[in-house]
Amino acid sequence: MQHKVIDANDVVIRFAGDSGDGMQLTGSLFADMSAIYGNGLSTFPDYPAEIRAPHGTVSGVSGFQVHIGNDEVNTPGDLCDMLIAMNPAALKANAKWCKRHAMILIDEDAFDGNGLTKAGFKTDNPFIELGVEDRNIILAPVSTMTRESLKDSGMDPKSVLKCKNMFTLGIACYIFNRPLAPLFDYLEKKFQKKHPELIAPNKKVLSDGYNYAANVQAIPNTYTIEPIKSAKKGYYRNITGNQAVAWGLLAASEKSGLPLFCGSYPITPATAILEELAIHKSLGCKTFQAEDEIAGICTAIGASFAGNLAVTTTSGPGLSLKSEALGLAVMAELPLVVVDVQRGGPSTGLPTKTEQTDLNQALYGRNGECPIPVMCAHSPANCFHAAFTAAKIALEHMTPVILLSEGFLGNGSEPWLIPSMSDYPDIHPPFASGAIAPGDKFHPFERDPETMVPRWAVPGQKGYEHRVGGLEKTHEGVLSSDPTNHETMVRERAEKVARIVRDIPGLKVRGEEKGELLVIGWGGTYGHLASAIHDLHQDGVKVSYTHFDYINPLPPNTAEVLSGFRKILVCELNTGQFADYLRARFPELNFVKFNKVQGQPFLVDEIKDAVLKEI
Amino acid sequence: MAILTSKDFKSDQEVRWCPGCGDHAVLAALQRALPKVSQALNYDKERYVIVSGIGCSSRLPYYMDTYGFHSIHGRATAISTGIKVANPWLTVWQTCGDGDALAIGGNHFIHAIRRNIDINIILFNNQIYGLTKGQYSPTSKFGAVTKTSPYGTVEHPFNPGSLVLGAKGTFFARSLDVELALNEEIMTAAALHDGCSVMEMLTNCVIFNDGAHKSLSDPAVKADNTIVLRHGEKMIFGKDRDRGLVYDGRKIRAVHIGEGGYTEEDILVHDAHRDNIGIHMALADMKGPDYPVALGVIRDVKDITYDDGVRDQVKEVMSRSQIHCVDDLLHSGSIWEVK
Repeated sequence: MQHKVIDANDVVIRFAGDSGDGMQLTGSLFADMSAIYGNGLSTFPDYPAEIRAPHGTVSGVSGFQVHIGNDEVNTPGDLCDMLIAMNPAALKANAKWCKRHAMILIDEDAFDGNGLTKAGFKTDNPFIELGVEDRNIILAPVSTMTRESLKDSGMDPKSVLKCKNMFTLGIACYIFNRPLAPLFDYLEKKFQKKHPELIAPNKKVLSDGYNYAANVQAIPNTYTIEPIKSAKKGYYRNITGNQAVAWGLLAASEKSGLPLFCGSYPITPATAILEELAIHKSLGCKTFQAEDEIAGICTAIGASFAGNLAVTTTSGPGLSLKSEALGLAVMAELPLVVVDVQRGGPSTGLPTKTEQTDLNQALYGRNGECPIPVMCAHSPANCFHAAFTAAKIALEHMTPVILLSEGFLGNGSEPWLIPSMSDYPDIHPPFASGAIAPGDKFHPFERDPETMVPRWAVPGQKGYEHRVGGLEKTHEGVLSSDPTNHETMVRERAEKVARIVRDIPGLKVRGEEKGELLVIGWGGTYGHLASAIHDLHQDGVKVSYTHFDYINPLPPNTAEVLSGFRKILVCELNTGQFADYLRARFPELNFVKFNKVQGQPFLVDEIKDAVLKEI
Repeated sequence: MAILTSKDFKSDQEVRWCPGCGDHAVLAALQRALPKVSQALNYDKERYVIVSGIGCSSRLPYYMDTYGFHSIHGRATAISTGIKVANPWLTVWQTCGDGDALAIGGNHFIHAIRRNIDINIILFNNQIYGLTKGQYSPTSKFGAVTKTSPYGTVEHPFNPGSLVLGAKGTFFARSLDVELALNEEIMTAAALHDGCSVMEMLTNCVIFNDGAHKSLSDPAVKADNTIVLRHGEKMIFGKDRDRGLVYDGRKIRAVHIGEGGYTEEDILVHDAHRDNIGIHMALADMKGPDYPVALGVIRDVKDITYDDGVRDQVKEVMSRSQIHCVDDLLHSGSIWEVK
């Protein structure tokens, strides 16, 4: 067979195996290595809710897709160029994601009668059964080779088999021309302290996998994907959305001079934010793993009252539990950041899958007239800026802010040009200051006439003693059930949130500013929408696109931008929550919905089809 | 520092509890205790934060001229926890009712105790839901006839003392609303205790559960039905101070001094500071007709507090970390340069 080295612009690789096979690690190592190599990249972990679902079954398959390119990469890719399937179930669950000419590498040792039966195959040829027999199939005896590689390592058979993923990673490194040195560094760092005896065996398996691929005749092509040439100069790192949220909050803590307090309860897929913050006590951050979601937000509200930058992080069902306390934060007019990493719902729903179905909950899910600013992040790295901004708005406008992230963003990663903190603005909370004259009292709900924001007096400040709470009060902070006072306060709290519009940037339009069709999205669909629009523009299709990072209040030029188009296609991963929200505000405009609720991100192709259908 | 008086702690708000409600007396005791605490610990008034949930007793922060937070039903303990952990310099007091702390807020209550967060919780126990007008609570007696139990409840009540000590509480005291002097004493002891202090105040709801604690407050019988425990003092009670508690090798017994061979020598001495929780449990569990109900500080032991733990850990990590600012953080780990 003729061996070819193909110079590719971009490739998509999907690692799939049993949920105990270490596919998330394998995939993220491959991604990190590609990032260090200088490729553009985007990742998509797709894993089951069970930690160890029944071995060998389709429900237990864990996948990790990596898209690397020699230019900026905005999405993890619709379909893959290479699928690595560690068992028949992984093949079954993922064959549909393979391109027509994709390479499929399997661990043929796992494709025995037992494995095929567990995965629900009826014949002994899974490829024909799935209709992928014409793909480029590579049968590699991964388990046997791993055993062979480690036969002198002294490790027990179970531990030996756990190194299978390193063997496949070695194969992938050969196929995609990745150097092994950064992986060796990683293994040394990871095992140095606790398991130094594992460094050598893991390195060996990795190299053996690489060499196996180089020697075996079955692999027809290898690929080179050059580093990005046009990349902006500077230092880069790979970052996940959850990590970026945590770091953005730490940045806001530094820029406001307030200690960060995070009260949270573990919940998929938001937990990594709490875990990340728990590491960074050196920046003065306090994390409180609460007894439940309600205690998560209530401790944060307490910390806010005490003068900290307070945060609670959660996912959909957790946000439901926090509703009542959110109302308290609105009533007490205390700054608070609530991060909701959305997942498939309702109820427990699809806990490890991505959706945008909490928008209505974020906007409306409380009793009473209870407006809260709602904003969102649009890519893993953008989570940093979004979290920083959410904290800035909360602190400067004395209000809880809901930041919507998504499982897709939280777990996904991309390279990030590291910013300098000197480029970020300082945050100025409206602290009450000055002496209070004898006989005078501090009025906790007296507002700045420009911003409608009350002042923040923190316990410990002499003369400013006052009481806040859930009961309606006057500007002076006195309890009142007076009918007109209540209406005044309801309207003032709403006006305070509405005036945040002065601090948020306007929408930017890609394509013509006026025309027939405007595509819009919000949050984590950005990468797919931007890619689809890019492709359509290349094809000469006349369509414009704008993306929302702010939902409440909407950006200042929203009406102006939207009214420039005859038709507006609202694309979102729910049944049309943002479209309905916009319809209520702009009933004269023509909104069309394009929705998907499958726990999966959009595919670029399906967006293109949807756009073309509207033209 | 100016010396504070109880007047300094009174806000200008009109107190709106029903006339005759036991909460008035607890408020008065707190307003008397805090000046003493302030003097003992050198605290200024702005250092106090009073937190509450929802219920009659939770109105208390409005009547105190301190920083206050009247939060939501059941969540006072979580709010207090956040305040104390965020700023351990503040001194946090919490008022809550039996429904508030033990029903809807039961989870936060036991976890604050387990963590030993340095907050002072006054638990107003009137064995009824007052603000919602008379439904049974988690401390209502078995069989209590209320609006939601017209045929009597069929559930056992919590004994807050057992609950606190079961969660390995480091401070538990019990008293009655009318015992002003004792309450001042208990509140002062609670303030001096480093850790989570729970003070159960048996209060009388004149409207919906009048006389619930009558056997403990009625001057005619209270001396025989209660015992006031003080650290280092013999456990003697009774109108004529002729009864006491002894340990017979298996359990605590209430005896008459001079009868059955028991002399004053045999009477137990209260040790609130002993670490072994068993005897404190037994004391907290005592009830009539065989035993007097224990009042006073039943347990007061030293242990590490959560807020100190958090603060110390932050300090420790800060001192050995290489990451001192966000720029350091952003450049930590695997990074690469594009030139």
